[in-house]
Amino acid sequence: MTLVYLMINGLQIGSIYALVALGYSMVYGIVKLINFAHGDIIMVGAYSTWYLMSRFSAPAWLAVTATIVMCSVLGVLIEKIAYKPLRKSDRLSLLVTAIGISLLLQNVAQLLFSANPRMFTNIFTGSVSIGERQFSNATTVTIAVSIVIMLLLTLLVKHTRMGKAMRAVSEDYETAQLMGINVNNTISFTFALGSGLAAVGAVFYCCSYSQIQPTMGSMLGLKAFVAAVLGGIGSMPGAMIGGLCIGIAESLTKGYISSQLTDAVVFGILIVVLLIKPSGMFGRRMNEKV
Amino acid sequence: MLKVENINVYYGAIHAVKNVSFEVAQGEIVTLIGANGAGKSTILKTVSGLLRSKGGRISFLNEEISSSEAYKLTQKGLSHVPEGRRIFQQLTVEENLEMGGYIRNNRENSRTIEDVYDRFPRIKERRRQIAGTLSGGEQQMLSLGRSLMSAPRLVMMDEPSMGLAPVLVEQIFSIIKELNEAGTTILLVEQNARMALSIAHRGYVLETGKITLEANAQALLNNNEVKRAYLGG
Repeated sequence: MTLVYLMINGLQIGSIYALVALGYSMVYGIVKLINFAHGDIIMVGAYSTWYLMSRFSAPAWLAVTATIVMCSVLGVLIEKIAYKPLRKSDRLSLLVTAIGISLLLQNVAQLLFSANPRMFTNIFTGSVSIGERQFSNATTVTIAVSIVIMLLLTLLVKHTRMGKAMRAVSEDYETAQLMGINVNNTISFTFALGSGLAAVGAVFYCCSYSQIQPTMGSMLGLKAFVAAVLGGIGSMPGAMIGGLCIGIAESLTKGYISSQLTDAVVFGILIVVLLIKPSGMFGRRMNEKV
Repeated sequence: MLKVENINVYYGAIHAVKNVSFEVAQGEIVTLIGANGAGKSTILKTVSGLLRSKGGRISFLNEEISSSEAYKLTQKGLSHVPEGRRIFQQLTVEENLEMGGYIRNNRENSRTIEDVYDRFPRIKERRRQIAGTLSGGEQQMLSLGRSLMSAPRLVMMDEPSMGLAPVLVEQIFSIIKELNEAGTTILLVEQNARMALSIAHRGYVLETGKITLEANAQALLNNNEVKRAYLGG
């Protein structure tokens, strides 16, 4: 029973990693950028939901919807303002810019809300019992909703016009333009989608771990990034499976080894993946273009 | 239909296309022939908006397109089959065709897809396959088929014979001729000068970024300079 309990808890945090990892992977697929500001979108999402609910006493559904929209818009703006002008420059400039945006977001949040942690009230109160164990509704809702979102996302990318355009652009953006695909719109859409998913992840995260603070996105984002690398950066099924694996690994470490070692295990996984199979579980081998 | 006047294209300090002007009239097959590196692909990329000319003017159907974004030209009826086929390897054959018809609606696309399948039965057999698994010839046919999906007025083809066995080259060229007879205007860039001139109406010879000769295809086939340089004596 302990194992089942740990697995379910692992799936819960893993679903959150998966939602965030999808953003990393989709953006990497389309602009070949590790968007290090992605983790901080989670933080923005957390503050936005908290602010709307505590200051304006907005109902939860409204606060969450507004947050998703706001984070999507923020993601698009970041791309337009910071990344788009650098699209033709080398990868390193983009990466440094992404780190800069990350620091900017953290510091703006600190300025607006101070560095003191705030308490987020769980939206999904109550619990269900499975066997003799109790699971909070936050856990079950997180897992269920994340699975539904991932299924919908898979359908979107596989079957819709925009989804196919995303795949075409990520494979060959020059040829995609020749097909009449507006690459800028496709990139914006990808950033909006990724940031929206991060916002959802933020809400789920805060419902289980109630503290929010300006730097909360760094560690969460970093772990989701490890998940994306484990799955194979650029691969969407990879991000989903990678996220769940990291969550379960964390939970099992907490349960059977020591909760102080969870971070070590997660980053240990990163090192092992990079040593043994840098392209990850579902990643494509990178062929240099000639 | 297409009029290119005095375009100059640079890659950094390299002056790749020098003051090039040419024209393609409605219903023609026009070919640009020249050696590797003469600037043929650069010219096509400039026409389709992937590269920019310094000065000069490009007009298509009497409309200036020199500064149009590449993705908008598909809508105007211009289609570009890029060098090296550039099919979407991870997409299925049918998805590749759907991308070709990105600017059109589903109903128009499903009709055009059937037309493409009629023209390329091999592609139809492989419609659900991942395009990267096709052979070189099949990929070229898919790339041609994809370019027809937007119902173009002018198709620009960049080295459709590249890397193909002679039998396939013959096949591709007879398809190009059929397309032209069915009303599509064609701008064909080729290293295989003999094949290109055999189906073209007119041709331009390009040498290190400059147009050095312009004549009807028959005259170019008989021209001693062209024979020596491009037709193997």
